[in-house]
This record gives sequence, C-alpha cells and structure tokens, in this order.
Amino acid sequence: MKILVSVKRVIDYNVKVRVKADHTEVDLTNVKMSMNPFCEIAVEEAIRLKEKGVASEVVVVSVGSKTCHETLRTALALGADRAIQVDAEDGLDSLSVAKLLAKVAQEESADLIIMGKQAIDSDNNQTGQMVAALLDYPQATFASEVVIENGEAQVTREIDGGLQTLSITLPAVVTTDLRLNEPRFASLPNIMKAKKKPLDVKTPADLGVEIGSNVSIVSVTPPPQRAGGIKVGSVAELVDKLKNEAKVVS
Amino acid sequence: MSILIIAEHDNKSLKPATLNAVTAATQIDSEVHLLVAGFECQTVVEQAAQVSGVTKVMVADNAVYEHQLAENVSKLVVEIASGYGHILAPATTTGKNTLPRVAALLDVAQLSDVIKVESPDTFVRPIYAGNAIATVKSTDTVKVMTVRATGFDAASAQGGNAEREVLSQVIASDRSRFVKEQLAESDRPELTAAGVIISGGRGMGNGDNFKLLEGVADKLGAAVGASRAAVDAGFVPNDLQVGQTGKTVAPDLYIAVGISGAIQHLAGMKDSKIIVAINKDEEAPIFQVADYGLVADLFEAVPELEKSL
Repeated sequence: MKILVSVKRVIDYNVKVRVKADHTEVDLTNVKMSMNPFCEIAVEEAIRLKEKGVASEVVVVSVGSKTCHETLRTALALGADRAIQVDAEDGLDSLSVAKLLAKVAQEESADLIIMGKQAIDSDNNQTGQMVAALLDYPQATFASEVVIENGEAQVTREIDGGLQTLSITLPAVVTTDLRLNEPRFASLPNIMKAKKKPLDVKTPADLGVEIGSNVSIVSVTPPPQRAGGIKVGSVAELVDKLKNEAKVVS
Repeated sequence: MSILIIAEHDNKSLKPATLNAVTAATQIDSEVHLLVAGFECQTVVEQAAQVSGVTKVMVADNAVYEHQLAENVSKLVVEIASGYGHILAPATTTGKNTLPRVAALLDVAQLSDVIKVESPDTFVRPIYAGNAIATVKSTDTVKVMTVRATGFDAASAQGGNAEREVLSQVIASDRSRFVKEQLAESDRPELTAAGVIISGGRGMGNGDNFKLLEGVADKLGAAVGASRAAVDAGFVPNDLQVGQTGKTVAPDLYIAVGISGAIQHLAGMKDSKIIVAINKDEEAPIFQVADYGLVADLFEAVPELEKSL
C-alpha cells in the first residue's frame, strides 16, 4: 500500500503574527517557518503505518516555492521515502492546491492520502475534503484513530459532540486531528540520510492543472484589541463585580 | 439570487448554529432556503420552517442521509445548487466536513469561518488563529462559505412560515459507511451555544479536578470547556477544546481557570463579552485579555466561587 502525505510550510506556531503596516498581508520577513503541526501528525501516522508493515512506501508532497524543500527534507528525515515539490507560488488557494494534489495522487496511484485537517496560516480546513471530492474518493476528516484492514480504513473522527467512527474503502483521504498521534523528532543520522533521498520537482503544467482563483484579498488587518481589565483581590470582589458591574451573573 | 443553507441537525432537532447562519444569509439576500438532509427528520423540518427569515425548507428524508455523510450530502447539494448565488453551512465539524466537497464539485472556492458580511461578494474571516483579519472578495458565480456562529446573532427560532419542498434524490456511497458514534452525554448546554462557559487548563492538574469546575457550572448553568493543553495532557476529551483547532465560543461570561492564555486558546474565546481569569501566575498572558483577573490558587478560589454563587 502506498501512502501520499501532503505537507505545508507555514509560520511557526510559536511566532507572534504581525500584520504589515499597509494592511495587505501578514509580515513573513525573517520569521521562523516550520512544517504545519497537523501535517507533522500526518507524516507521523504514515510512517507508523509503514513501520507496522501496513504501508510499503510513503511519498511526501508539498505545493509551493523552492523554500518548501526544507519542509520536505524534514518529512524525509522523519521517515518518508521520497518527496515531490510541485513548484508554484506560495499561498496558492485551496482549490488549486487540491487539484495539484489530486493529480499527484493519481500519478502515484496512492491508496491512502493523509493530510492535516487545516494549516495554521490560512485556517481554511478544506483542502483534504476538496482532494477527496475531485477524485470522488471517500473521506474521513479530523481523525483521532486510523486502523487499516482488508482494503478499508476504520477511522475515528473528532466531531463537535464527541466521536464518530466511519469505515471507508481505499483509496481514500484522511485528515488528521491533534490527538491522532504525537510526532517524533528527527534524529541527526536520519537528517543526514534524508539529504540523499530523492526529491522530484514537478510543475502545474506537468500535471496539466491550471491554477487560479476568483477570490482576492481586499485587506488584512490586526484584530481589534481587548482593552485590558482589572485585577480583583478576592473571590468576593469578583462575584460582586460580576453581579453588579458586568451584570452577567444574577 | 437566493441563498441555500445546509441545516445543522441530529434528525431530532435543529442545531442553534443554523440560526446564526440564517442571520448571515439575510444580510446577503432576502430569499433564504434551508436544506434538511437526514432520516426521519420531520421535527427538524417543522422547526426549520418556523425560523424567522427562512422562505423555503427543502427536505431530503432518506436512510442514506441519516449520518449526513459528506460524500452523499455534497452531491445532493450540487444537484440542487443551480440558481443559488450563495451556499452556506455553519462552521461546525459537520459543515466543515461537507461544504469543501460542494465547492470542489462546483469548481469554486470556499470561504471558511466567515464572521462578517461586507456586501454580497465581500466577506470578513479570521486567519492565523484570529491574529489577522482578512477581508476577501469573491467573483465566483456561486459563493460557498462556512459561517462562524459567534460572528452573527441567532435568527429567531419562531415567527417564520416557510414553504416546504420534498426532494426525491437518493444519493448513496458504497465506499463510506457509518460504524458508530460516541456522543458525550451531558445535561449542560453545548459549548458553542452556552451563555456562560467555565474552562480549565493545564493548571487543573488532572481530569478529576475538573469536577471543581462542574460545581460552578451547575450553579451558573454553564458549559465546561478546556484548553488544548488540558486536552493534550489527557485530562478531558477533545470535544471540550476551545481554541484555534477546537471550538470557537463567544459567551456572555467566560471563566478561564488555570489557563495561561496561549494565542491558540485566545483565538477561540476572545470574543466573549466578559472574560474572567483565575490563575496563580500573575504574569500569565490570559490576564491581558481578562476583564476581571484573580491571582489565586484555583484549588482554593474555585470552591469559594461555587459557594458564593
């Protein structure tokens, strides 16, 4: 069984986000970038399936400029077998990315596509679902447990009210939620080895995909700031403020 | 052009997030249709038809829609999509699961988590965990978007009298099958609909200590939530998680207990009307957004709070 995992290079989750003064976009100059945390979970899950003997090959793919080689090398150091960069401008819209990934999945004849449920920059939570729709594959989003058996994936999903379990027939798309696993760290020898693993570059034209979006950004602004409040000295004072000042407790 | 909203429901009742999506829709156009796809969901249809602002309710009542699998519902929506200028769903796990498939099948973008309608083609949505607010304009022929409930007031559940239409399409997938569901059973209000929420973080120490919060929650009729740190530590299940990767809430009163206030948590609750923080670390960032901060040991302060309510 072959697994395709997509990864995205995003602003590191510990970095304080700043909006550019001209309100056109978020300022990414000299900011630490990392693999999207949900993509890390996706890579980890694929590697575990390979270690269990369920998967025979793990291919990792990223859509973006050459800077995403760093992210792909990280995935290779974690245990992916080879990598593909789809060379395109960074920050492409989800549907274009989904079309590119769907083509790669077809070319690779991937049995399972594992993706993060959302990227922490655009917070869209849609690319995995779009890939599944474009390929007419079943999907299991927000996975907290994945069991592969007899050509099916039994997936436990995090839903608003609790947990839901679906059984989907492969080939299929799974998107990861945060409790699926705890990603490992790459060891130094594996980081060295990863430099020698194959990394292919493809273009949207190679894949026969036309990219473009009808959505444009009008502005990006900082969020309204909450005015700082006050410190209270005791529980009694707190209850008094809630009852008589804020009037949110009767 | 009219607007189609995929109703959020569990075959028994219409979920409140639908009402917020209706308000968003009425800010775009006056012709608002609800789709109820489910099984033996007639009571939901009755409720949907009474929602103020809804002009038509379409119902697809068939066993294939019982669990609202994304594969089936997305194709149903695409079949009835022509004539609609906008297709909306609440930004719940159900809406987020299904709607991107609809967008991809229609070959248009999806705008996720819309919090404001500027005009029929321009919308506002948070990005980077709410640390930036993007205003986006779409020229797609049909605009597909999920609506964040906290961005819009709920439409009145009463006062409407919508026309009804029965849909006969039966769309099933033989490659996706529902196995089981484990839903958290609680007498407390749902997190995303609660007027008061008390949440615990890593400072709670363990899952048992969340009982302290439940005592206060019972007094206030509140829902209990948690930070990602508390979920990661295994104190409580993930469906209690408030934050960038969990639920977004905006109650009248949000009480954060033993929560330091990571930006990912603030992303999910900073639109609350009044925020109270109880934390023994007076440097905790949660105090920067709290209207009322109490620097105290939560194991003393929370029981005292329960007694004084």
